[in-house]
Amino acid sequence: MSAPTTVTAEVEEKRRGTVARLIRDPQAVVTGSILLLMVLAGLFANVIAQHGPNEASLSAALAPVGTPGYPLGGDQSGRDILARLLHSINTAVVSALIGASVAALVGTVSGLIGGYFLKLRGVTEWVFTLIMTFPGMLLLILLMPVTKGDYRFTMLIFGVLLSPGIYRIVRNMTIGVSNELYVDAAKVSGVTNPRILFRHVLSVVRGPIVISTAFLCGTSISTQSGLAFLGVGSKEIPSFGAMISEGFKNIHLAPAQYLWPSLALGLMNACIVLFGNSLRDILQGAQPKPQKIAVAHVAQGFEALDIDTGKASLLSVRDLGIAYRSPAGDLNEVVRGVSLNLKAGETLGLVGESGSGKTQTAFGVLGVLPNEALVTRGSVRIDGKEILGLPEADLINVRGSQIAYVPQEPMSNLDPVYTVGKQLIEGIMASTGVKRAAAKERALELLDRVGIPDPAKTFKSYPHEISGGMAQRVLIAGAVAAAPRILIADEPTTALDVTVQADILDLLRDLQREMGMAIVLVTHNFGVVADICDRIAVMKQGEIVEQGTTVDVFADPQHDYTKMLLNSILDEDTVRSDAPVLVEAAGGEVR
Amino acid sequence: MFLFAMRRIGTGFILFLIVALITFWLLSFSFDSVIAQKLGTAASPETIAALKSEMGLDRSVVVQYLDWLQGVFHGDLGRSLYTQEPVIDAVPPRMVVTLSIVIPALLIATVIAVILGVFAASRGGGADKGAQGLMLFGYLVPNLLVAILLTVVLAVNLHWLPATGYVRFGDDPVGWLKSITIPVIALAIGGAAAIANQVRGAMIDELRKDYVRTLRTRGVSTRAVVYKHALRNAAGPALTVFMITFTNMFGGALIIEQVFALPGFGTYSFNSALQVDYPVLMGLTVFGVALTLGVNLLTDLANGWLNPKARIY
Repeated sequence: MSAPTTVTAEVEEKRRGTVARLIRDPQAVVTGSILLLMVLAGLFANVIAQHGPNEASLSAALAPVGTPGYPLGGDQSGRDILARLLHSINTAVVSALIGASVAALVGTVSGLIGGYFLKLRGVTEWVFTLIMTFPGMLLLILLMPVTKGDYRFTMLIFGVLLSPGIYRIVRNMTIGVSNELYVDAAKVSGVTNPRILFRHVLSVVRGPIVISTAFLCGTSISTQSGLAFLGVGSKEIPSFGAMISEGFKNIHLAPAQYLWPSLALGLMNACIVLFGNSLRDILQGAQPKPQKIAVAHVAQGFEALDIDTGKASLLSVRDLGIAYRSPAGDLNEVVRGVSLNLKAGETLGLVGESGSGKTQTAFGVLGVLPNEALVTRGSVRIDGKEILGLPEADLINVRGSQIAYVPQEPMSNLDPVYTVGKQLIEGIMASTGVKRAAAKERALELLDRVGIPDPAKTFKSYPHEISGGMAQRVLIAGAVAAAPRILIADEPTTALDVTVQADILDLLRDLQREMGMAIVLVTHNFGVVADICDRIAVMKQGEIVEQGTTVDVFADPQHDYTKMLLNSILDEDTVRSDAPVLVEAAGGEVR
Repeated sequence: MFLFAMRRIGTGFILFLIVALITFWLLSFSFDSVIAQKLGTAASPETIAALKSEMGLDRSVVVQYLDWLQGVFHGDLGRSLYTQEPVIDAVPPRMVVTLSIVIPALLIATVIAVILGVFAASRGGGADKGAQGLMLFGYLVPNLLVAILLTVVLAVNLHWLPATGYVRFGDDPVGWLKSITIPVIALAIGGAAAIANQVRGAMIDELRKDYVRTLRTRGVSTRAVVYKHALRNAAGPALTVFMITFTNMFGGALIIEQVFALPGFGTYSFNSALQVDYPVLMGLTVFGVALTLGVNLLTDLANGWLNPKARIY
């Protein structure tokens, strides 16, 4: 029970923060105040205006602005435009409240039910498909004889018609939350379903519902004014739509008359838009940042020379720093001054626990960090030529042909909508510049080379039609298509079956020999390192703590962290008998 | 594919029966007002009863519904209570008018939405914020206001375009284009905003996926990654909104039709509803639901084409 409580508490805290942040956001304050003032003006309409909204006086017909008692003039029937305007605000507010609350209520309750109770989902899905099939506005018109012109009843139906949007949001989020461990924990500890839904699930879906409600209000007001404009509903009810319609008919007699209700309606909706926008920014956080990698500082004066030969190394990384901004705006460095050297043809193991910055370093070298990442410092050179911070257009010429990448998770790294062959051809054409026919030939050749039994069949398959091991071979084929000089393999075997792991490592080793590639192998597995790597670099918390040849590091680890890693891995291997490949491989190298 | 289509048509048919039944049932509450309109308020109870039985309105709602349904299967949707025009002939020409503004509006909206959504998602930062503001504004500003503003500026003040009225394409293609221009723009703005928002969200999701990174590491150009891969993957979720937008536009065209005096589906529904011309209203429901279901089916088929995984049925 402790886990659910903490989550609820966190959400609670976040929510309190929302109000505080709204008050600090000038856009939210201004638009919120205007909305509040409008609502108040509507509530005190009878005090502010001297006439009732339907009180007609012949003498006031088409009275100009500023007439005593008629500050905004009179309409063609001699009614006070100000009074009608203020009462129209009430109509709009009531419409928004009814439409939005019905939609939110119906959508949320059904979404929770449909998302949480698998057995009932079929029913709710069906009902909401039915609701969506109704052409909304048309239905409201068709039902005019039923609603008898009461706009409140109309908005009630409209609320139901709006509910599928909320239903889908809540359903999807509920499905997500239902699979969370803390909900499972609550189930196991005997908390009743309604209580789980109310306490744990609702607290998570609350944010998106609040945001949507702002937009439901706007939509309801627009629809009500649209219907009133058409003349649907009682003529007794003053509303923006009815006023616009009347003013529009008199556009040549009194051109300003349609302007007042249009302005009021526009202002009201604009304020709802902007207020909703602020609310969303605060609740959903920042949207993705620019794609280009911001290089705050490219290191100068680092000599990218090979220590042994004095010539430029194939790949040299110097003092690389990668940071992410926290929600509060502080920079949080996840890679802190990493330096690496890679000679032609050698294999370097980049080892460390998850979260130590290995993968971030790999992405930083390839120039494919996520948008949020900030390269704070450093230098990445191939043959002494700087590639860090190069424009994307130049990097494209380096990637694939000079430096290539094999990912960790095979399935998610293939585009699901194109066949394996199409994706391979695209990469081959991009990195080598050959024609399509030649690329196809090369792709089939590669598939055969990486050990796929029926290359022609796999070529035509979609990613979901092949196995994980096959997909990894396909990805390796894609990476080595242009015979790159550097291959960065990010945990290439972690997601695979133990039996396939050794085959994939063998394949990488063979390809390396054939093509003379240098490999950076990112892994947390010392067995793999011992099997294939010439040298090791051990990473901890974004820094390299130890570098050396594999034999040296295994025989005599210098850093406590390396010792700890080595011990834990060896212990694990001796205890668990399900990874014979690793034990055997490790033993082979260390000997 | 064929089996899938057949199954969808089957469930669509059941859906249609239910929608029609509900509509018929709701309308049945107002049958009395039909009699009142026909006979005036001074009619004696006997005359009312006589007319009721003559029109078959004294039977139970279910029997009347089944009777109506039987007509539907024989291609007979009845006649308007007031003009005696056969419903089956009256609806299609009006539907053409509405579709001739809805389809161009939807196409324009989609193009704008894709450009805006992709721009927002792939640029991010300030461009994204600006695009999002634009979308929200387009979504929430009533198209009634847009229509009026455009009319006042383009028609009343500048006299570039006609303020109201519809010209048939066959009569005068240029005049037709002029007559639909303002309505189409007014309709397109809201639709563009709704679709763009979805395109943006789906594109952001796609651009963060692993396969995008992997394609980039193979030297594939940014343009190909964004348009060929991410956009195609994002098109699936966007299609659903596209479908909903079509339905909304078709219904929402009503206001636009009224503002511009276009003799379309919405205007016809509106006038028939005022008179409780129930055979016409039921006929409109038939066509409306059939259209929606047709679009839904096309959307699903398109989705299957876009996403090979969804193709296995």
